[in-house]
Amino acid sequence: MSGEYNLSHLDELEAESMYVLREVAAQFDRPSLLFSGGKDSIVVAHLARKAFFPARIPLPFVHIDTGHNFPETIAFRDDLVEKLGVQLIVGSVQTLIDRGEVSEEKGFNASRNSIQTPALVGAIEEHGFDACIGGARRDEEKARAKERFFSHRDEFSSWDPKNQRPELWQLFNGKHQPGEHFRVFPLNNWTELDVWNYILREQIEIPSLYFSHKRKCVRRAGQILAFSEHLNLRPEEKSEMLCVRFRTLGDLTITGAVESNAETIEQVVDEVAVARNTERGGRMDDRRGETAMEDRKKEGYF
Amino acid sequence: MAQGLLRFITAGSVDDGKSTLIGRLLYDSKTIFEDQLESVERASKQKGGDGVDLSLLTDGLRAEREQGITIDVAYRYFTTPKRKFIIADAPGHIQYTRNMVTGASTVNLAVILVDAREGLVEQTHCHSFIASLLGIKHIVVCVNKMDLVDWDEACYEQITEDFRNFSSRLDIADVRFIPISALDGDNVVLRSTRMDWYDGPTLLNHLEQVHVAADRNMQDCRFPVQYVIRPQTDTDRDFRGYAGRVAGGVFKVGDEVVALPSGTRSRVASLAIGERTIDMAFPPQSVVMTLEDDVDVSRGDMLVRPNNQPEEVQEIDARICWLDEQAMRPGMRFTLRHMAHEVTAKVSEVVYRIDINTLHRIEEEAPVLEMNDVARVKVRCASPLFMDDYRRNRTTGSFILIDPSTRRTVAAGVQYS
Repeated sequence: MSGEYNLSHLDELEAESMYVLREVAAQFDRPSLLFSGGKDSIVVAHLARKAFFPARIPLPFVHIDTGHNFPETIAFRDDLVEKLGVQLIVGSVQTLIDRGEVSEEKGFNASRNSIQTPALVGAIEEHGFDACIGGARRDEEKARAKERFFSHRDEFSSWDPKNQRPELWQLFNGKHQPGEHFRVFPLNNWTELDVWNYILREQIEIPSLYFSHKRKCVRRAGQILAFSEHLNLRPEEKSEMLCVRFRTLGDLTITGAVESNAETIEQVVDEVAVARNTERGGRMDDRRGETAMEDRKKEGYF
Repeated sequence: MAQGLLRFITAGSVDDGKSTLIGRLLYDSKTIFEDQLESVERASKQKGGDGVDLSLLTDGLRAEREQGITIDVAYRYFTTPKRKFIIADAPGHIQYTRNMVTGASTVNLAVILVDAREGLVEQTHCHSFIASLLGIKHIVVCVNKMDLVDWDEACYEQITEDFRNFSSRLDIADVRFIPISALDGDNVVLRSTRMDWYDGPTLLNHLEQVHVAADRNMQDCRFPVQYVIRPQTDTDRDFRGYAGRVAGGVFKVGDEVVALPSGTRSRVASLAIGERTIDMAFPPQSVVMTLEDDVDVSRGDMLVRPNNQPEEVQEIDARICWLDEQAMRPGMRFTLRHMAHEVTAKVSEVVYRIDINTLHRIEEEAPVLEMNDVARVKVRCASPLFMDDYRRNRTTGSFILIDPSTRRTVAAGVQYS
């Protein structure tokens, strides 16, 4: 058996992810896809379209809107949802703040990152979701390196990393007690570079924020942050115009930009291939301690 | 861009230098990012150690860092111009056998570390046995810490001879040996200048070149139906497609197929991946297949070729590894999951337990299976399954047992016919 049956690693990853997505649709009553508007969830949406073609994607998209999103992200989201013909459910952090159910962090590094968790958990309870598909990858962060494809969450949405279900072969066990649910990660085995190479190969449309553009920015603690009304400036800080692009898209207040001239996907791939820092290195939320991600995941974070 | 994928597991006992080896592979293949290295340097200093502790790259959970041990399978990724690699980093502690079983179930190759000063120890036997049980066809024995035995060839030769004697009792086709020093990097990525007597490849060379494509079963056509696609839109009103991942053989448009368990025959009308139609489908592709006739096929069924069908079994002769903290109770009923098919089952007989360190059979009057126990058992199913011998097909020959009350996965099993 020779060359004609060889698959590239992207083909293998694609096949694995499509298998995972179909398994979710088959095993759960109320599955959903957590859509952040970032490149990883866009790739998941693309894979879901492939997995169920010619039928529509048989599950709704859920977006947790912090109110601090890039406007480009929201426009992109609405456009994609319409093209795919899927239902969009928005969980609003602003609503929770207005109702007094959560309070905002104060200070210069204030972010709404941690209060996304109650909004997400609230949306899961309100809609009775028993599975939430996310775009997280094991290569992103140390705690995520131990994630399963089907990751069990108890009725408080908590992750217990010391007591995960064994996951053998591709036999995913999605059985659960009432009130419990699963987070599912079809991109577990992808790296940042795989995602970019796949976007290039499949010519997947992504928000303009991923490409080099001129933007008013603020330098803080070795990071470049986008200037916006949501960012509290220290007296000594000044905004400046820079040529930047983003490697991940989170909230305006925490997502670090990199200086770059990459204007096409090819140029971005070249940059990522030689990058010397991880993409989450620009995320202020992960820089709050060695196990910041594990701690947030235990509480029910993405 | 036509790089393939190699999945491998690393196993070794405590202090064999496994985390250091992985750190070395990532570091010398330039996969570690500067901010990761800085964070490891910071953490190394906090722990008061000398130099950079590369093992901190892999031990991510709070409890692991505190106790200095690895408690769960962690996955690592690196790429060279020749291949993409996925490492399942399995803990070496005996109480975590279930993690090694988990990690081993999806890989092509196992790297087993042996401390050159210690030679083969119980855990070496245990890890090799699990690798063989889980059908891993390629093993690389890395004799590590060669620096601590003065790069001595005789020491290395003794270990390889001991391992060969031991592994002749196991079912492993391809065993290689490489003398290394993970700490200094000798023969990991870069060739050692201190062991001229060794003329084989470095570990990375071997991982890049080892031929695993032939391990896929391309003879026995097996298509487990995972999901039925029925768009029910105006344009595709009559479309009925069977989605699944090819588990064996090559399906071509026009091939005659038979649906199991119904026995209904039809032909492959089309094959597609998303919008792209293809002429043939093979493992491990995820495709949609349509048939020429309107037959009743649903999730859990399997499409095969009429002249090459799997065995119909109601009592499985199986090796299982018990994974749950609660011991197996006699007469317990399970949900058995075999591909997309589920059936009620019970363990009708424990034939013997296997001491995974000595490979001795333990025959008892009233055997109890505790977590990490491996045993040969008979599993009786409420209705027949269509299975292949695990050594022939890892997808159609494996199953898990689920406790219907706790819903946990309590055992992993393979069928040997």
